[in-house]
Amino acid sequence: MALTTAVEFERVRVDFGPFTAVHETDLEIGSGEFFSFLGPSGCGKTTLLRAISGFVEPSSGRIRIGGADMAGVGPNKRPTALIFQNLALFPMMSVAENVGYGLRVRGVARGVRQEKVGRLLDQVALSQHADKKVSELSGGQRQRVAIARALAVEPKVLLLDEPLSALDLKLRQHMRRELREIQQRVGITFIYITHDQGEALTMSDRIAVMNAGRIEQVGDGRTIYAHPQTPFVASFVGETNAIHGRVASVSGELATVDTPLGPLTGRNIRHLSPGATATLFVRPELVRLSAAEGDCSIHGTLSEMAFEGSMTHLTLRTPTDTRIAAMLVAADLSRLPGEGAPLTASFTPASAVVLPEAAQAA
Amino acid sequence: MSNIEVTFVSTALLLTAFLLTVRFDRRPGEKRLGFFRRNGLVVGLYLILCVAFWCIVTFVMPMVYMVDLSFHPKLPPSMAGGPEDVFTLVNYRMLLFGSPTSTDEWNWLHLRSFFGTIGISIALTFFNFAVSYPIAYYMAQSASVSRLRVIVLLLIIPYWVNDILRAFAFRILLSYSGFMNSLLIWLGITDTPVDFIGANVALYLALVYSNLLIMIFPLYNAIEAQDHNQIEAARDLGASWWHIHLFVVMPHAKPGIASGMTLSFMLMAGAIATPLVLAGPHSLWFTPIIYDRFYQLFDWPQGAAYAIALLLACILFVLGVMKITGLKLGEITK
Amino acid sequence: MTGRLLNRAIVWLYFLSFFAFLLGPLLVMGVSAFNTSTYPRVWPIEGVTLHWFEALASDGPLLEGLRTSVVIGFFVVVLSVPLGLAGAVVMTQLFRSARSFYYFVAVAPVLTPGIIIGIATVVFWRDFSGFAHLRGTLYNGTVLTVLAQSSFISSYCMLIIMARLQRFDLDQEEAALDLGASYSQVFRHVLLPFLRPALLSSAVLAFLTSFENYNATTFAILADKTMTTVLAARVRTGTSPTISALATVIVCLTILATLLFEWVKRRDDRRRNARLSAARAEEAAELATP
Repeated sequence: MALTTAVEFERVRVDFGPFTAVHETDLEIGSGEFFSFLGPSGCGKTTLLRAISGFVEPSSGRIRIGGADMAGVGPNKRPTALIFQNLALFPMMSVAENVGYGLRVRGVARGVRQEKVGRLLDQVALSQHADKKVSELSGGQRQRVAIARALAVEPKVLLLDEPLSALDLKLRQHMRRELREIQQRVGITFIYITHDQGEALTMSDRIAVMNAGRIEQVGDGRTIYAHPQTPFVASFVGETNAIHGRVASVSGELATVDTPLGPLTGRNIRHLSPGATATLFVRPELVRLSAAEGDCSIHGTLSEMAFEGSMTHLTLRTPTDTRIAAMLVAADLSRLPGEGAPLTASFTPASAVVLPEAAQAA
Repeated sequence: MSNIEVTFVSTALLLTAFLLTVRFDRRPGEKRLGFFRRNGLVVGLYLILCVAFWCIVTFVMPMVYMVDLSFHPKLPPSMAGGPEDVFTLVNYRMLLFGSPTSTDEWNWLHLRSFFGTIGISIALTFFNFAVSYPIAYYMAQSASVSRLRVIVLLLIIPYWVNDILRAFAFRILLSYSGFMNSLLIWLGITDTPVDFIGANVALYLALVYSNLLIMIFPLYNAIEAQDHNQIEAARDLGASWWHIHLFVVMPHAKPGIASGMTLSFMLMAGAIATPLVLAGPHSLWFTPIIYDRFYQLFDWPQGAAYAIALLLACILFVLGVMKITGLKLGEITK
Repeated sequence: MTGRLLNRAIVWLYFLSFFAFLLGPLLVMGVSAFNTSTYPRVWPIEGVTLHWFEALASDGPLLEGLRTSVVIGFFVVVLSVPLGLAGAVVMTQLFRSARSFYYFVAVAPVLTPGIIIGIATVVFWRDFSGFAHLRGTLYNGTVLTVLAQSSFISSYCMLIIMARLQRFDLDQEEAALDLGASYSQVFRHVLLPFLRPALLSSAVLAFLTSFENYNATTFAILADKTMTTVLAARVRTGTSPTISALATVIVCLTILATLLFEWVKRRDDRRRNARLSAARAEEAAELATP
């Protein structure tokens, strides 16, 4: 983790009239970090980003960038650069003029400007398109113009508002890699907004998962995926099975939950006490079809089977009509019974987590 | 107070009312950037000065002044603001009852002209709509792109020929020894030439002609915005063609219809070039009467009063259209 | 079957009469411009001549009026486009009742008959110019006509510019701010170039509207003369094929200008589309080769 702090939120809260878009938030983002805000639309992530760039003033609390309080500092005076969801390239300017715009308004001399723009266009492989209009570029090229334009002003922090969402799948995956490479090369802080967990997990050093105006969990991708702290994080990031019940007993790190499917055990990371309503989460890829000593088992019938190449998706239907999803690598296929046949699924207590009952379904 | 002082005071009151609306029509908790912070000093000054000059100096103040003037007697400049310069209704009285020396009960000459102008303008507006609707519908829903371009070009050509020349063309076409009469006689339809101008046919046709584009474009825009599938669907359900137009297309095109009708009416009732060139001896369009107050009688206050009467008729028409269609001003003047 | 045929016949009859109505008067006038008859007529054709066009070219008062019209048109453009632009921008910064209030004042000139605007302008400036001690310079036909016409032509310009402004992507403004531009730089570098097509078309419209305006002009022009007022005086007292010749020239210019505009637009569209598809193909090729 980086040693210095690039962006710091201190009890930041944003209200729009009677509606609270972001509740009191404390957060530090280190310099040189690739940091993502992940959440569904309307969770407040865009508001936070706009608060950093200065388009939204927090109703209370402070935002510091590079240690300096940003209260009352307009968006045009902040050391940030924003890449918009629709890129917001200037259609009446050429590619080179777009990239050089930030330098132009800073009064950088023409010669210096041209040299720097040339270098940046070189870096994003657009040199031979410098004089074209933006409307004459393809999607990926526009993306790179937007990146070069933002980098030209040498921001301390680069903010990206779902910039890849308009691209098709193949190009999107290509651009993920490219973005990560650029970030490592220039070494500045990237703050990335997305509702796509794949993007967040592949690119980020750390991720903040947001829901309903609150940050639910901050951590690196692995931690968030493997050790979700809230029911929302567990179900929003990756696929999961949620089984509701009540904590029956606690022993050491583990808790056993009484569920309609019988007692099931998982890690009690939130230290729930017996009697608390709880939900047990287990990932489909951690569900197995062969039980070992100490495993939790769920009995039912095989209701659906979807072959997806490297993986096969199974759905187990219990007598109480709960559906449990499992994911198997292709090699296990031979051992499967046909659809409708009785089947037992199992998982180790270490692969499941027990969390307090979700306040609202996610 | 002199006219100009009255104008300044009323304008100031209007401006104050506006600024108060800006200030107090805000929802609680709403945050907005200040005007100069939002635009920068230079641009902000440009915006304020331009809008103030335009709205206040070129429009509001002249209008207020004209209204005020219409309540004053005609006086030589030396006596303006003197003891004789009093508030009076004499100019409006003139329109209604004629000059004080007249023995008639009402000023029939002017009143007939006034109501005639309004009534005929309304009738011609409907006629204009009837002529324009089919072509607008065709342009919006059926025409191919290339054909649409040709039609638009054909529509624009007459529009950029000015009013006087358009009226002149109708005179060549419809005068006693004009082309139309030669044609009719040659075809044997009539033996003696028809006096189109004397019967005001030329005037009415020219007025409609001048306002075709004014009607067609708003109609076109409104009909074009409608999904063609809706019309297809109605047709599939067995609706007859008049039913489709009356209950599917027209309700959707309401803003366009209102807009075209309003502008067309206003331009017809306020037309002066066409009546000057084409009016027959039995026509007294109202606008030349106003013109005569100014440049024949040099009685400006009376001319102002007559102009205001015409303006009120136009305002009433706009309000009437808004009331009937339930539209807002912004939807009509798109 | 006969019903459909009848329908088609009616539709064709309508189109035929519509375009006859639309173009007939102009055609008749155009033909009369080439007829030697001293009275403008189509029939009988006494001989074909260009004499009336020559007469037009040496018609002193008419050319003088034309000059005044062009001068007025120029100043109306210079005044109305910036006024309309300011009007449209201010509209985007007002909300609710203040906006309705302002909107009413700003479009009222369009809904007011031209003669009333002409009258109001004359009566007001007669007094106001004296009040401002500028009677000599301000109270003159050309100045008053420019003011009267600008009053409603600015509204037209505002409506045109507003229509484009509604399509303005606010992200553009924010992007420029974010890159460090001040608000007035945003206005100059981003908003104005975006509005350029609307500014151009409103300038053309302003000039043409001013050029052909008679209603407001006839009151405001006082002792000066524009082309339309010269024409009106001429047409009222008598007729001459010279006037037909003038109309013919105007019609031809309109057609030429429109065709030229179409041609330029199509050419630009084609170029842009060609470049865009080239860029797309290039990217597809790049992605295909790992």
